Amino acid sequence: MKLTRKQKQNVSRVWIFAASALAVVICVFPLYYAILTSLRTGQDLFLPNYLPTTFHWDNYYTALVQNGVGRSLLNSVVVATVTVGACLLVSISGAFALARIRFRGQKGILFTVLCVSMFPQVAVLSGMFELVRFLGLYDSLGALILSYATFSLPFTIWVLTTFMRNIPVELEEAAIVDGASLWVIITRVFMPILGPALVTTGLLAFIGAWNEFMFALTFVLSTENRTVPVAIALLQGASQYELPWGAIMAASVTVTLPIIVLVLIFQKRIVGGLTAGAVKG
Amino acid sequence: MNPKSPPMTGVGALPAMVPASRGKRSLQARRSRSAWLLVAPTLILLAGVAGWPLVRTVFYSFTDALLDAPHEYLFVGLANYLEFADGEAYGVLADPVWWRSVRNTLWFTFVSVSMELVLGMALALLMNQKFRGQGLVRTAILVPWAIPTIVTAKMFSWMFHDQYGTINDLLLRVGLIDAPLAWIAEPGLSMWAVVLADVWKTVPFMALMLLAALQMVPSDLYEAARVDGASAWQRFRRITLPLIMPAMIVALIFRTMDALRVFDLIYVLTSNSEATISISGYARNQMVAYQEMGVGSAASVLVFLMVAGVAAVFLRIGRFSEPREKQS
Amino acid sequence: MKQGARASGAKLTKRIKIMAQLTLDKLNKRYNDKAVVIKSLDLQVNSGEFVVFVGPSGCGKSTLLRMIAGLEDISGGSMYIDGTYVNDDTPSERGIGMVFQSYALYPHMTVYENIAFGLRMAKMPADEIARRVEDSARILQLEPLLQRRPKDLSGGQRQRVAIGRAIAREPKLFLFDEPLSNLDASLRVQMRMEIAALHRRLGSTIIYVTHDQVEAMTLAQRIVVLNQGNVEQVGTPLELYDQPANEFVAQFIGSPKMNLMPSTLIRAGNAESVVKLWNGKDLTVPIATPASAEGKKVKLGIRPEHIVWGEVSEAPYLADVLFVEHMGNETYHYLDNGKHGDPWVVRDASRSAIAVGETVGYRIPPEHCHLFAEDGKAYPRLVHSNGEARVGANQVQPVSFSNRVGATPIH
Repeated sequence: MKLTRKQKQNVSRVWIFAASALAVVICVFPLYYAILTSLRTGQDLFLPNYLPTTFHWDNYYTALVQNGVGRSLLNSVVVATVTVGACLLVSISGAFALARIRFRGQKGILFTVLCVSMFPQVAVLSGMFELVRFLGLYDSLGALILSYATFSLPFTIWVLTTFMRNIPVELEEAAIVDGASLWVIITRVFMPILGPALVTTGLLAFIGAWNEFMFALTFVLSTENRTVPVAIALLQGASQYELPWGAIMAASVTVTLPIIVLVLIFQKRIVGGLTAGAVKG
Repeated sequence: MNPKSPPMTGVGALPAMVPASRGKRSLQARRSRSAWLLVAPTLILLAGVAGWPLVRTVFYSFTDALLDAPHEYLFVGLANYLEFADGEAYGVLADPVWWRSVRNTLWFTFVSVSMELVLGMALALLMNQKFRGQGLVRTAILVPWAIPTIVTAKMFSWMFHDQYGTINDLLLRVGLIDAPLAWIAEPGLSMWAVVLADVWKTVPFMALMLLAALQMVPSDLYEAARVDGASAWQRFRRITLPLIMPAMIVALIFRTMDALRVFDLIYVLTSNSEATISISGYARNQMVAYQEMGVGSAASVLVFLMVAGVAAVFLRIGRFSEPREKQS
Repeated sequence: MKQGARASGAKLTKRIKIMAQLTLDKLNKRYNDKAVVIKSLDLQVNSGEFVVFVGPSGCGKSTLLRMIAGLEDISGGSMYIDGTYVNDDTPSERGIGMVFQSYALYPHMTVYENIAFGLRMAKMPADEIARRVEDSARILQLEPLLQRRPKDLSGGQRQRVAIGRAIAREPKLFLFDEPLSNLDASLRVQMRMEIAALHRRLGSTIIYVTHDQVEAMTLAQRIVVLNQGNVEQVGTPLELYDQPANEFVAQFIGSPKMNLMPSTLIRAGNAESVVKLWNGKDLTVPIATPASAEGKKVKLGIRPEHIVWGEVSEAPYLADVLFVEHMGNETYHYLDNGKHGDPWVVRDASRSAIAVGETVGYRIPPEHCHLFAEDGKAYPRLVHSNGEARVGANQVQPVSFSNRVGATPIH
């Protein structure tokens, strides 16, 4: 029997809905389950149960206060903010030159920036270790801010260059005719126009710095200077052999929710920023 | 007075000569000079945090330095890489664990990136449809992307827990397995656990890239193909795929480079077990766990060369498939 | 006019109607010493003159304008504004104002700030800035819009802000780069009139680039026709129409295009020449040709509006009508000419009852004919198209409107 157009549409609509529902469940389930776990204590923890049963906040207290994840949260905010701020500041002028001015060596610089952004972090690990020690930054947040520039700076340069290329040439020429110097063009014409793009780039770089693990694990020893990923990875329970899953999940949920909220608020921009950096590259 | 006074006084007369001294540069020359000033901070910083450390890493790879005393070293040539002494081979290249980590990394990269490509494409095609609840899907897929890798690793190691994990529980309930599996401990399974966690986390990135590319395909092309009687598969194969190919290759490059340097997921999920250790993990182990800065640096250099080699291959492919998409 | 404007620096704070003369001497432009965009160009633009650069796309007209603005480096030759060598001056030092095709308004600034930006850059006192912004806003009826942002303006309003921004700087030279091409047809006509009125009112020197010959004809006092980096002809609109210097100008100016009929020059002469037309008939035209050209192939040019209908029984030429286009106010007829290129076009200034497939008779009035040598150059016509005998060479001075300041703008 031949289906009518209408019936065909209905069949495909059912498929689409089923697939979407599956995708949504798979995407959200691990976080959902982490939240469930974080609210359970004692024996409850070890019974797989897919609906909320108990609401205990003990795990959050254990993780944030007793295990110092609260302190780590602060460290992470400081490190990521300073890194991103510094990188944006440096890369605005650099990206302007790379995007808007023709000069010898421009292509080479862009290519280098792209290469550095694809560096395996471990390739600079020992050299960076030496540099950090030399500057007296070992076991401090400064070590992380310095080393995070390795991947944040190429990223901000690359994405901002893409954004700046999209500003019409005539706008810059109008400013030149108006007698604006390059510096004025950057600060008073480009930066205000790029405001949203700066937010996007900053947010993406922030997430990158927030999630970094290898440098944070290697350059910081003391518990009070740890960033969140390290704190969570190294979270220990009362006994050495039993991991405190409730507290780990509580810490995980705590560091994840703010990022998720940010991402959802800036959803459109983030998607735009991600693809601006990559698709047009 | 003014060195550039008018060469003539009569209005309307054609100026006879060009003033000898110009004293000024043209717009383009001025701009390209300023360009160097503008990129200077970037270049200096990049040289400091990327160039110099890389050079030092290469340098240390030829020494026997230890991590706690990096300044006391002797040059050992290529011994950290490969050395023969008394008929025995030493160095990273003679270490079976290194070769194990190379195999692990390549296998992980190949399997997870392939799965991401297929699933990402499916998800992108799904999101490219118009239906109610489309916004919900787009929002939901950002969740895995936004979750820090370490948190992903912890969440999955909890879900993969052999006794209390939900994955075993679900599989038992459905009846796919009879007894709980030791996902993390079993060498044959642990790599799959890593791959699944990685795929879950990075499919959204792939899907968003591909979706952006899909949305750039003009819809009248599909309509034209439909009028020509092309089936859905033919439309995908003959129109969609060729048009999104450049973006797809870029996304593949990004993901492959990322996968090749994987470290944190494996470090946390399977505690760098030998069955799953990656090349980055191996290099860091040599350097930090065994304090062998020289050997660790040698391994790091090898990681770098490997990643660079794969990148070069990709650039080649990219150049061929993208005839001349001019970068302005 | 103030001769020492440059000597007194960029601070043009005094309230003077400034206009300037522009001289281009063997100006040329190459990219990477390969592609030549502008080939050794000489041009003089007089004070207060409205000059239009027109040509097909890619002819170099925009590049030339941007070289004059200082946005594009000059590869060779020299440029003078009021006799001052300005090759290496920045756009603001040159004292130009420019209106861009896309308007290029700063999206994050209000209309007021957009207009004031250049003045602030020149470190002008605040009260002077306010006065100038208000002046230009008044001239362009922008007063109610001063606090809006560009995104809240219509296309025509944006266009006016762009012009206002240029006016406020009181530039010596106004440059317009295809300013109307982003507007729809009716707005384009209105803005065209506003720009013309603005020129009458300010009396400033204006250089205007367009690819649209109607814009060129209606706005310009003098037109510069550019083609592949060369100046094909410089002249008033009617000179270009009546006395095109070559085939290119003849076909570029006027719509529909001039018909070019392959012919042979069979008798040269100083007063009149005889050509044998493509159909074997002879035609005597009042055009001077050198004896050396006798026997050579030539092209006879006749505009569609100059061909005259005749009775089939007595007209010298007959043709079948291939198709007819009714425009309402005028009618275009396309006549079969065998295999001699595009069909001949005949334009009637009224409605026409001629139908496709009909055979018609027509005449070619000799006094309206143009004659082009094989290399495209025109032979001098001795009679104006309106029938008057010509006096001397093409030396008509451009009319200056510069002292007719104060005319009211058309809204």
